[in-house]
Amino acid sequence: MSELIEIRGLTKAYDRQHVAVNNISLTLPRGKIIGLLGPNGSGKTTLIKMLNGLLTPTQGTILINGRPVGIETKAHVAYLPDRTYLAGNQKIVNILEYFCDFYADFSRERAIGMLQGLGIDPAAKMNTLSKGTKEKVQLILVMSRNADLYVLDEPIAGVDPAARDYILRTIVNNYDPSATVLISTHLIGDVEQVLDEVIFMRYGHLVLYTSVDNIREQHGKSVDAYFREVFAC
Amino acid sequence: MAWELDADKPIYAQLTERLQTRIILGQYRPGEKLPSVRELAAAAAVNPNTMQKALAELERKGIISTQSTNGKTVTQDLALIQDMKRKLARGHADAFFAGMGELGYTRAEALELLQEIEGAGRE
Repeated sequence: MSELIEIRGLTKAYDRQHVAVNNISLTLPRGKIIGLLGPNGSGKTTLIKMLNGLLTPTQGTILINGRPVGIETKAHVAYLPDRTYLAGNQKIVNILEYFCDFYADFSRERAIGMLQGLGIDPAAKMNTLSKGTKEKVQLILVMSRNADLYVLDEPIAGVDPAARDYILRTIVNNYDPSATVLISTHLIGDVEQVLDEVIFMRYGHLVLYTSVDNIREQHGKSVDAYFREVFAC
Repeated sequence: MAWELDADKPIYAQLTERLQTRIILGQYRPGEKLPSVRELAAAAAVNPNTMQKALAELERKGIISTQSTNGKTVTQDLALIQDMKRKLARGHADAFFAGMGELGYTRAEALELLQEIEGAGRE
């Protein structure tokens, strides 16, 4: 089997001054949980949007499962955006139906199980939920797909620490050796225990791609501490 | 609950040590089958690949072995477990002397202090 993601010379320039992603080449394997880390404005979300076909690269290529980003790859990529896209007047159960119709790989049972685990009533309307609960619902929808690639843009920023633990455990429990999870986050300390590898980005460049245990072995500090050192202002 | 892990040491190394401690304490008995990688990873709240790496390390040391159909089992070699216990204990002792050394204590002085504290505790 080929590598899951192959990125070659990828660049996205919004205009001449604003190069959000600058000539990145990266090969990501299957079966890993990978952190996408970098300060604000380092190009993480732009990279993620190109993986999902929401933005077109200015230059370079992305292959997922050996295919260019398009309808076929979207069927195998589960994406959690950094902002909500679900209609507020919808009940959760209706959204589940919608996902069943829309994604062949969506498991309603898995979604219901996770909703129960977090004590969320499927009959509730989205606009009656708190910000954190809305985020949990969206993450549950994404993690209930049987995708090859899960791309989570800031999945735990708005939820309380106890729910964060539950969500991370959910990610680990649903772990499938043929799938990869890419998590963009600022909350490194909270997630580094479940990460295999980390990608550091700065000013649109790839700074580092290595394993968590490599950083700990070579530098004798956590990824969180190392990040603060590398990106010290 | 998740296992308490230190932030500055490799995660797999800490998992290896935790599993060894459990075997030494008989929480996983000689010849007993270990929980699956997935179960252990979920309990520790770590990545399954990292748990797999820790188990591979134990397997390399001969402390656990893979039964083709039956998952991983703890060794029945009690001498090996004793030896592992001594090595871990020795590691703690070395760390103690190293810490005392940073405070300027010689090994003899450190031992003396240890006996003094232990004696005071008994009275």
